[in-house]
Amino acid sequence: MLAQFLQFTMSGLTVGAVYAVVGLGFTIIYNASGVLNFAQGEFVMIGGMVTVFAVAAGVPLPLAILLAIAVAAIVGIGLHRLAIEPARDASPVVLIIITIGGALVLRGIAQLVFDKQLHKLPGFSGDTPVNFLGASILPQALWVLGGTAIMVALVSLFFAKTMIGKAVLATAANRLAAQLVGVNTSVILAISFALSAAIGAIAGILVTPITFTHYEVGTMLALKGFAALVLGGLGNPMGAILGGLLLGLCEQLSAGYISSTYKDAFAFIVMIGVLLVRPSGLLGSKLAERV
Amino acid sequence: MRGLIGNRWAELGAMALLIGLVGLILPSGYYFRVGALVLVSAIAALGLNLLLGYAGQVSLGHAGFVGIGAYAVALLPTYWGVPTLLALAGGAVFSGLLALALGRPILRLKGHFLAVATLGLGILVAMVLTNEARITGGPDGMPVPRLELFGTRIRAPETWYWITGGVLLVATFFAQNLLNSSTGRALRALHDSEVAARAAGIDVARIKGIVFAVSAIYASVSGSLLALLNGHITPDVASFLNSIELVTMVVLGGMGSLLGSLIGAAVLVILPQALTIFHEYEHLLLGSFIILIMIFLRDGIVPTLRKRFTERGS
Amino acid sequence: MSLLAVKGLGIGFGGIRAVDNVTFSTEPGKIFSIIGPNGAGKTTLFNLISGVYRTESGSVTILDEEVTRLSPEALAARGMARTFQNLQVFFRMSALDNVMVGAHVHEAPRGLSHLLGLPSTARENRQTRDEAMALLTRLRLADVAERTAGNLSYGQLKRLEIARALASRPKILLLDEPAAGCNPTETAEIDEIIVEVARSGVGILLVEHDMKLVMGVSDRVLVLTQGRVLIEGTPAEVANSPAVIEAYLGTGLPSLEATHA
Repeated sequence: MLAQFLQFTMSGLTVGAVYAVVGLGFTIIYNASGVLNFAQGEFVMIGGMVTVFAVAAGVPLPLAILLAIAVAAIVGIGLHRLAIEPARDASPVVLIIITIGGALVLRGIAQLVFDKQLHKLPGFSGDTPVNFLGASILPQALWVLGGTAIMVALVSLFFAKTMIGKAVLATAANRLAAQLVGVNTSVILAISFALSAAIGAIAGILVTPITFTHYEVGTMLALKGFAALVLGGLGNPMGAILGGLLLGLCEQLSAGYISSTYKDAFAFIVMIGVLLVRPSGLLGSKLAERV
Repeated sequence: MRGLIGNRWAELGAMALLIGLVGLILPSGYYFRVGALVLVSAIAALGLNLLLGYAGQVSLGHAGFVGIGAYAVALLPTYWGVPTLLALAGGAVFSGLLALALGRPILRLKGHFLAVATLGLGILVAMVLTNEARITGGPDGMPVPRLELFGTRIRAPETWYWITGGVLLVATFFAQNLLNSSTGRALRALHDSEVAARAAGIDVARIKGIVFAVSAIYASVSGSLLALLNGHITPDVASFLNSIELVTMVVLGGMGSLLGSLIGAAVLVILPQALTIFHEYEHLLLGSFIILIMIFLRDGIVPTLRKRFTERGS
Repeated sequence: MSLLAVKGLGIGFGGIRAVDNVTFSTEPGKIFSIIGPNGAGKTTLFNLISGVYRTESGSVTILDEEVTRLSPEALAARGMARTFQNLQVFFRMSALDNVMVGAHVHEAPRGLSHLLGLPSTARENRQTRDEAMALLTRLRLADVAERTAGNLSYGQLKRLEIARALASRPKILLLDEPAAGCNPTETAEIDEIIVEVARSGVGILLVEHDMKLVMGVSDRVLVLTQGRVLIEGTPAEVANSPAVIEAYLGTGLPSLEATHA
């Protein structure tokens, strides 16, 4: 009983961590630019795919990981420069559709550069499950959870302590005012996209040994990461993390105990439910509307 | 107002002329099939244009309603022997009622939130169609019983071209009626200012519900016709990607232009057909295309041309 | 029985009482003005009365019918119409369509017959259009009737909002700075329209910065400062009130007179 519960909880937290990171990536870009970037899931895919193919080409794993992160960051900057910046004055919905177009392009490129197969990486600390109170836990799951925790801590530190982080927050609060005090906002936006892409890629690399990767994994991840975001409260980084973990837990527990047929539907039912009942999410502040 | 009435017949006439002329010059069954696909998509795009272009409410899940319409004509005749046309109507009624029920709460949301709520809705429909494999055939889809009219089975692409063309003209006629009424004025008003619309006594929730339901019915009819035309249907009709394509058709053709919906549908249906040799590049091309349209043609083809035309005229 | 009666109305935003315990009432055919310095809560008060904001305390009645916390559309159905300080025009629609929207409360909510284009719809359209056209003529906008509202001048848009509000044939009309940003000629025109509308029996609630206009047309004036009623009386009483003079000392009434465009 307990073993089974632990098993489901652990796998819930693992997938939840990925949703959380995708949600966090959404939040970073959203806060800096007001854009909901639906290509967020593609960063996760790029992280996994580049690492897989670099390793297959004989590149040592640590180097392959760095390469994957760098590629994702560059793609993130490119996405901003080529697709989003030219449409800066467009409505939020047009911007969403642009990022969806961007996601399609990235998927199309991945399909050409890599292939359409399912790929996996070996676990960083082997693939032998560890027994914990009767539940068998993959060492990679600990990598995912630990890695996520470290990433979240680093991102928080970045925003709280560094000049650049503060400049991002300033740009988010008021782009014009930030420009007036000498912040180069277009650099700041590029940094936000790069950072968001990098953490997405890291999540993708960490989780590939467990969930595998494929050129099309991005869509679902982006949508679920977004559901996590809505659950936690749009714009709140901690809300994204909490929402992601909760969503992962609910999904795996319901799949384990009830039925796995509608496992994927769960995220969307939760998302729509939250939007209808409490659009500001669990941690969001109430939205005021001015006339 | 004379201008609007003039516009009205001009729009309907232009559409009829376009459908008629193209129908006369198409060389083979294959082209008629593509033509019918364009017209079918245009019906859904037209409905979405009422919602997105006129009322300013986005739906990123409209393919869900297309899916409902498609599976209505596949499932109802197959399992319960419902006549095809009745099944088509049933799908439309169901879509309309679903939209009415969900529209009220969901359309209170704005901007991002509305976009993702409708997106979630569309995906849920696609998931149901995929997961209920016992009756829907799952991801592989299922065959659709052919439509029988006056004792003959309608199979020929030529026939389908003229049928869908006729339906599109009727759909356009109804859309114009709606727009040229107090309901139509109300839905255009709430696009520009909800506060002022409410102060003028417009029940915004009711109007949004109506236009959402009408657009859902259009999508459903489009889905039914698509299924009948193809003779086979998969859950892909309800996919997220199809929803995005519908929105792109509306934006490309021109938000708030009924004729634009046909143009937008034509471009987005014909282009991938013309590019089938580049099948491997499908995602890449479609994605780039969407980005370029949203950046450079945000105002849409028909409004841009009309503006240029009237500027030169005056 | 007063046309519009407001009793103890109040709302706060984050600890600040934007409107606090405001009480007054208006009569048909009379012009009731609300003045006060910027930030006194005039527009907030309008938003409370017209249902845009939900009242926290107090009550509003129209002809003794309780209408507190009703939605804007419900209030419109009971004979209230309003204009907005920051223009809320339907910019994508023609001037004529804008005014036709104003007549919405008098049109039948029959979505289906609208879709089918039944003769009743055509009849309704014709009637609404004729009325709207008459209003446009009355507000000297007839020649721009078919023009998209987004292309009209500021002064025309101000008049368009009034025309749209009048299209609902209101019992009570709330005008939020109808002359703001208008030149003296335009202001005089609006002045004339307001008086004319009041003479036809409509009760008018006016927020305006232009003191000359207010003192010239108003039957009664209410001075609002920091969300509270300072004084209410005839224009002469208000102008001579020591409390008002004191409140405006330093800024002074003359500075209010300067346009706040």
